[in-house]
Amino acid sequence: MIRLDDVHKSFGPNRVLRGATLEVARGTSTVIIGGSGTGKSVMLKCILGLVTPDRGTIEVDGTDVTQAPRDAFLARFGMLFQGGALFDSLPVWQNVAFRLLRGSLKRPKAEAREIAIEKLRRVGLKPEMADLFPSELSGGMQKRVGLARAIAAEPEIIFFDEPTTGLDPIMAGVINALIREIVTEMGATALTITHDMSSVRAIADNVAMLHDGTIKWTGPVARMDHSGDPYLDQFIHGRAEGPIEAVR
Amino acid sequence: MSPIRALAAIGRPVIAGLRLVGALTIFAAQAVSHLVRPPFYPRETLIQLVQIGWLSLPVVGLTALFTGGALALQIYAGGSRFSAEAVVPSIVAIGMVRELGPVLGGLMVAARVASSIAAEIGTMKVTEQIDALVTLSTNPMKYLTLPRLIAATLAVPVLVGVGDAIGIAGGWAVGVWRLDFNSATYLKNTVDFLETWDVVSGLWKGAAFGFIVALAGCFYGMTSSRGAQGVGRATKSAVVTASVLIFAANYILTETFFSA
Repeated sequence: MIRLDDVHKSFGPNRVLRGATLEVARGTSTVIIGGSGTGKSVMLKCILGLVTPDRGTIEVDGTDVTQAPRDAFLARFGMLFQGGALFDSLPVWQNVAFRLLRGSLKRPKAEAREIAIEKLRRVGLKPEMADLFPSELSGGMQKRVGLARAIAAEPEIIFFDEPTTGLDPIMAGVINALIREIVTEMGATALTITHDMSSVRAIADNVAMLHDGTIKWTGPVARMDHSGDPYLDQFIHGRAEGPIEAVR
Repeated sequence: MSPIRALAAIGRPVIAGLRLVGALTIFAAQAVSHLVRPPFYPRETLIQLVQIGWLSLPVVGLTALFTGGALALQIYAGGSRFSAEAVVPSIVAIGMVRELGPVLGGLMVAARVASSIAAEIGTMKVTEQIDALVTLSTNPMKYLTLPRLIAATLAVPVLVGVGDAIGIAGGWAVGVWRLDFNSATYLKNTVDFLETWDVVSGLWKGAAFGFIVALAGCFYGMTSSRGAQGVGRATKSAVVTASVLIFAANYILTETFFSA
């Protein structure tokens, strides 16, 4: 289980997280929604230790993330970045197998390549793609490669940062379906941040609404449309009027 | 302007400069501390040796060739004022290996490599590739910075050595074909007057300049702010800082090596 308790984070005068509290149960898929610049990505980065919170605690399975041995802690995670964040200098298969080619999870090169090709196949990419470089792929393909990299080491917890941003609706649908399938078959705990409502409905077991640096509402996706929460209601219906200011 | 304002106008850049030196020193110490802590990435270091060393050879070689030739012409013109044209071979050789080879080689590598490192790492930062490295249990300092520091520190002295030879050859070519020196006499004078320490001191300078170039490139890349403008600023700052530090280090090393 992932637990955030009263997490605060500021960048200079900009108070991004102002007491965010959230629980993500093991084996569930939680989607955090909220407008741009509300701190969704910062929250993920705080959990991963890429950003250090100013205040509050973050625990994974009861262990404070700041106390956990770094390598072992990160080995439990996979992450799909918003832009893919593929390494330009490496071919696709080495991107996917990055973790399997070095460090504590190192495997022989041939085995790592085999696993990479298998993961590429799992996300719908042909083995011929393995030797291409990221710059030779379309945006949708790069997202799939990012997804393959995120699941390559079979992590317990997978983070998805805006998985469908910049994709056409069909490709977005393909990525959403892949995420749902993979999370279900791996039994992984998933935490996704997005403002794409079709992603929310396709991926989420639970939804959390982040606004002004705090979680305004959290609950099962089935209750989202009848939550009675004015923030969530305005967000999911995309209304300009409501408690969330349109000009931020 | 009031005295306080004048003082502040002087103080601000001084503090900014000191802050930069402090930040660079801490960054360098952090990077070097990884030298003795596994994991190591020898393949990355080899790739950087090719990128920084082998691929810089043409630009360093051409710079040395023309510099050696121009130096021969200048020394000949200057020496002829007091009938000392015969010093051309020895002064070209000493000037190249002690000063011009390392400094110009360092500057050319700074222009080519510091900018490229800063742009590459800066772009990686902007596109979240550095964050991705961390989530893949890879320390960016070990994987990106240390291989570049090692490669530049090893490659630049070699480039300087090759540049020295090419520069001396440039001087010889101009001496023989343009200034009517006897080829054998020119070469004999070059060898006779050149001491081992002249060459070795230049190679040590090259190692220091290589370290500075990679350090500036990595530092500004890693600390670049978001966006294309941030990467552009990082690239410019890396080249400027590396160049100024090369000149400063050159003075300090010359003082250390050759002061009586």
